[in-house]
Amino acid sequence: MSVLKLGLPSKGRLQELTIDWFAQRGIKIERTGSGREYAGRVVGFDDIELVLLSAGEIPKELAVGRIHLGVTGQDLVHEKIPGWQDKITELTEMGFGHADLILAVPSSWLDVESIDDFDAVAAAFRAKHGFRLRIATKYHNLVREFLRGHGVADYQLVDSQGATEGTVKNLTAEAVADITSSGDTLVANHLKILPDGLILKSQATLFKSNVADWSEVVGILDKLFVNLQDENPKGF
Amino acid sequence: MVTSRAYLENGRLGQGLADVRTEVGRLMAGFIANGAAPVEPAALLSADVLIDLYGEDLRARAFTTHDPVKGELMLRPDFTVPVVQIHMANGVSAARYAYAGSVWRRQEVGSNRPTEYLQAGFEVFGGTDPAADDAEVFAVLATALGDLPVMPVTGDLGLIFAAIDALDTNERRKGALRRHVWRPHRFKRLLERYSTKATVSADREGLLQAVKDGSVQALIKASGPALGVRSVDEIAARAEILLHEKEAASLSEADVALVSGVLELKSTMGQAAQELRKVAPMLNAAADQLEARAQALSDAGVDVSALPFEASYGRTTLEYYDGFVFGFHAPDRPDLPQIAQGGRYDALTRVLGDGEAVPAVGGIIRPEAVLALKGGAA
Repeated sequence: MSVLKLGLPSKGRLQELTIDWFAQRGIKIERTGSGREYAGRVVGFDDIELVLLSAGEIPKELAVGRIHLGVTGQDLVHEKIPGWQDKITELTEMGFGHADLILAVPSSWLDVESIDDFDAVAAAFRAKHGFRLRIATKYHNLVREFLRGHGVADYQLVDSQGATEGTVKNLTAEAVADITSSGDTLVANHLKILPDGLILKSQATLFKSNVADWSEVVGILDKLFVNLQDENPKGF
Repeated sequence: MVTSRAYLENGRLGQGLADVRTEVGRLMAGFIANGAAPVEPAALLSADVLIDLYGEDLRARAFTTHDPVKGELMLRPDFTVPVVQIHMANGVSAARYAYAGSVWRRQEVGSNRPTEYLQAGFEVFGGTDPAADDAEVFAVLATALGDLPVMPVTGDLGLIFAAIDALDTNERRKGALRRHVWRPHRFKRLLERYSTKATVSADREGLLQAVKDGSVQALIKASGPALGVRSVDEIAARAEILLHEKEAASLSEADVALVSGVLELKSTMGQAAQELRKVAPMLNAAADQLEARAQALSDAGVDVSALPFEASYGRTTLEYYDGFVFGFHAPDRPDLPQIAQGGRYDALTRVLGDGEAVPAVGGIIRPEAVLALKGGAA
């Protein structure tokens, strides 16, 4: 029997909200095995195989077609899969996991309230300190594309895979580009968001792989759609 | 296919490879006959110098790799920088170089442009007659292309720099415009900002008032802890600049028209100087240079009355050309990139030579594209 592979986040809040989202639409997802085992099933859909993965791995799996459907953040798809539109289709935004990728600078930079200011400061900073103003981020592609689009020069990206907000205080960066939901962590770290520095608005989204082999499982998708559509006519 | 290479189906084996080698050899021999010494820069370059020069954007255009000892390395994205470095280390003032080899470029997703392709180049350093050197490099490349169906185009980034110099505005604004010559979008934004009276936010109004009152340091300190490398003094200094900026006179309509007039100038090499004198009579020195170059090209046997000239040509390439620029494209083969291109990059030598500049002009031919073009339609 051919199975449709559905990739879901393997743990945490994102997984819970995803399971709730499907449950609200009459699709029951059950964890199987012991609590620590990454396994589960979709009740009533024996032909759907759940693949539990870290949210960060789901974009790649969709892009190479090892899973048919997957739930992850738009930020991760856009960052990790250049030219993602060719390989992956957004089916529906799920209304949770909201996160904005933003550019933030120290609150004490009273002279910076726009990207224009940021660019001018980058030039002055390089002239004074002899190196390019550093932006700490893990979203290298999205940030570079955004800044190139705005014609910003004289910056450099430094990699930060965690505790990005602390890099300015630790003198390893002058600015940060990171995901924020409420902005509280930024404020607590004495950083402010540039009003025109919104790089991407992201939320949890159900994605479809255009690359996966759909020849024998497209019927399963239709069946799943009927369920989802009943509850959420605007979603599709 | 494993035997295919840039623009050529069978370029890595047998006759296909022999053709590529012959073409590269022919181009090198031509450059050497014009007094060039062969030079062979490393294929793996230190990323620091290149990133420092081109900025973060280069990471999207070049392949980087990492060595545990040497740090970040980059596969040679072009020859100009390493050839300049070799020249600077060579310890002679004037020299000519010929080189050939692969360059590697990351391409955008969906692009069918090659990630690896050959370049054969000719560079002239330390010449004392810029117009003659410009003309010679152009003529040497044109001769090498022979009767291939290519169309030349020329430009001069010196014109836009001359127009910026001539503006009736402060040095800081001129510096900002010069910095963004290669980023047309931001350049336009700057020009718009300098030519209109901007409205200022309430916060900014408060900051400017604090500068006037002498309380700006206190205001900055009150806004939060001083964080990071950028000091309170630097913030205060820029706040002062913002005040000057707000009080500075806007660019006149005539000045804005001067810049756009120069950028939009399209003519022939033969007529360009005359046209420039019409739209920008004050740019006499730039017009004189154009005239001298047209004469030198004509002396080198180039028909300048049929040679297109566009003042904006070369503005969106990697930022190092700052004077004469040229390219040759194949109108019947839109699938091919420019077959040859080049220009003057005096300022780059100043950056790489720690302030010591050498006049430098050069150009490259893409041998694989030449062969593809000889092969006929795509």
